[in-house]
Amino acid sequence: MTKEETKQIVLDIIADVAPDEDLTNVKPDVRLRDQLELDSMDFLDIVMELRKRHNIEVPEAEYPELASLDSCADYLTPKFEELGK
Amino acid sequence: MSGLAAGIRLAHFGKKVCIFERHNAVGGLNSFYSQQGRKFDVGLHALTNFVRPGVKGTPLTKLLRQLRISREEFQMSEQKRSRIAFGPQGETSLAFTNDFAVFEAEVASSFPTQIDGFRKLVELVRSYDDVSLDAQPVSARQIVREHISDSLLEDMLFCPVMYYGSAQERDMEFGQFVIMFKALFLEGFARPYDGVRVILRVLVDKYRAAGGERRMKCGVTRVLTAGDKATAVELDDGSVITADHIISSIGAPETERLWSQPDQNSASPVGALSFVETITILDRQPAELGWGDDTIVFFNDSERFDYAAPQERVDPRSGVICMPNNFAYEDGRELPEGIFRCTCLANYQQWRALPEEDYLAAKIRWYSVIQDSARRFLPPVASDVMSAATIATDMFTPRTVEKFTGHLGGAIYGSPRKHRQGRTSLKNVYLCGTDQGFLGIIGAMLSGISMANFHVLRG
Repeated sequence: MTKEETKQIVLDIIADVAPDEDLTNVKPDVRLRDQLELDSMDFLDIVMELRKRHNIEVPEAEYPELASLDSCADYLTPKFEELGK
Repeated sequence: MSGLAAGIRLAHFGKKVCIFERHNAVGGLNSFYSQQGRKFDVGLHALTNFVRPGVKGTPLTKLLRQLRISREEFQMSEQKRSRIAFGPQGETSLAFTNDFAVFEAEVASSFPTQIDGFRKLVELVRSYDDVSLDAQPVSARQIVREHISDSLLEDMLFCPVMYYGSAQERDMEFGQFVIMFKALFLEGFARPYDGVRVILRVLVDKYRAAGGERRMKCGVTRVLTAGDKATAVELDDGSVITADHIISSIGAPETERLWSQPDQNSASPVGALSFVETITILDRQPAELGWGDDTIVFFNDSERFDYAAPQERVDPRSGVICMPNNFAYEDGRELPEGIFRCTCLANYQQWRALPEEDYLAAKIRWYSVIQDSARRFLPPVASDVMSAATIATDMFTPRTVEKFTGHLGGAIYGSPRKHRQGRTSLKNVYLCGTDQGFLGIIGAMLSGISMANFHVLRG
C-alpha cells in the first residue's frame, strides 16, 4: 500500500460520505475541514467507513491524525501494512 | 420516522437491528392512510428545512449525507408562498417564501419601527448553537422581547413556530424556537408530489438494503430490566427479544411506562397540546376558487395569540391552513384534486370523554366551525360554491392521534420536557424523535441519526 493509494481510499470514502462535495481539487497538505464542508458527523462517518470497509480502527483520541490527506496517508498507511495490504 | 433513520445508521454500520411498529403503516406521527381510494397525509403539511442544492451545513444536507440519500430521491417541490395573517379578517399579513429576503421586506414594511430589532434577532438565531446536546433552557418569549417590542409582531413570529413544533403552552425554550425559526423562515417548505409516503418509502428501502429487520403490527408492551439496564423487550404477541441497546421513538412518558408505573413527579409529563384537523377534498384546484397561491396560512383573530390547550373542544381563533396544491411541482404538474386542510388546537380530555355517537356529532359540528373560522383568512367563496366543490371530507381529533400513534393525550409534539441527550432512567435505553427535541420531519430524522451516533456507534 502506497501513501497515494491510501489517499485515494480516503477520497473514495469522502465521496460516499459527502457526495455533494467537489473533490477534484483537494489539496493534500491543507486541512480537509478548511477546503470542504465537513462537520464532526462526517468525520465520524469517515472513521466508521474505514472500520467497515478496511477493518481499520481509529480511536477517538487519534481523530486529529485525519486532518488532511497527507496526515491521513502518514497515519493510515502503516495500519494498512499491518493488515498485510 | 426517527426510528427508521436511527435504524438505517445502525444497520449500515453492521449492527443487528430490528424495528417494532405497532401500527400497520410506518411513519408514526408523519404517516398516511387510505380512505375510499384516496391517500391522506397525516402530520406533513410541508417538509420544513428545505434548502436549494449547494446550500451546506443545514439539517437537510446533514440528513441526506448521514443516510446516504441523494436529494433527488425526496422529490421535493418548493412552496409557492405562505402567510401569517392576524386580526379578525387577517388585516395584518406577513408573506414569506423560501427566499428569506421576502419575509424581511414584509416585516420592514408592516413594522418599520421593529425592523432593526428583528434583524438583530435573526442574527442571534443564525449564530445560535441549536443542536447542542447540553444547552440550558431559556425562555424564547423573554429573548424575543429583548429585540421586538410590538406584541403583534412578537405573536406573529411565535404563531408558525409554535404550531409547527411546540409542546409547551404559551412559551417555548429558545433553542426550540431557533430550530423552528430556521426550519420555517431561514430555510423553507417543500413537498413531494405524492406526499409523505415518498419520504417513507425512501427510508424503508434504505433500511432494508442496509440489512435492517422490521416487524409490523407488533408493539413493545414491556421493557425487561436487570438493575439499571434493560435486558429485553416483550412484544404484543408475548414473545421476548433480547437487546444490547434500545432506542425508543414512542415518546418519553410512553417509554418510561414500559418499565415503571406512571408517576406524577415524572421527568416527562404528558403533553397538554393536541390538535384537530379538517380535510376537505375539492373538485378543483384551490386557486380556481379564487384562493390564490397560498401554500400555508397561519392565522389568529384575537388580540393576543393564545397557544394553549383550549377550554372548549377546539379553539378556532387561531390555526393553520394548508393547501398542498400550492407547491410548484415539476413541469407545472397539478394534484388531481384540491386539498384544503385546517388545523386548530384541541382539548384532549373533552374529545376523549365523548361517547361514540356524540363523538361523530361533535366532529360534524366542529368541522363547520373550523372551516368557517379559517375561511375568514382567504378570499370569500359563497357557501353554495364551496359545498358544490366539496367531494369528500375527513377530520382527525386528539382521539385519532392517540389511537394510531400511541402518543398519550394525543400530544403530537410530545412532552413539554425534552431530553436532548436522549437518556432515560435505564442506561441502555435512549429516546429519539419528538421527545428528544429536534423538531419537524427533518428534525425527527436527525434525532434518530444523532441518538444512534451518540449512544451506539460512537460508544
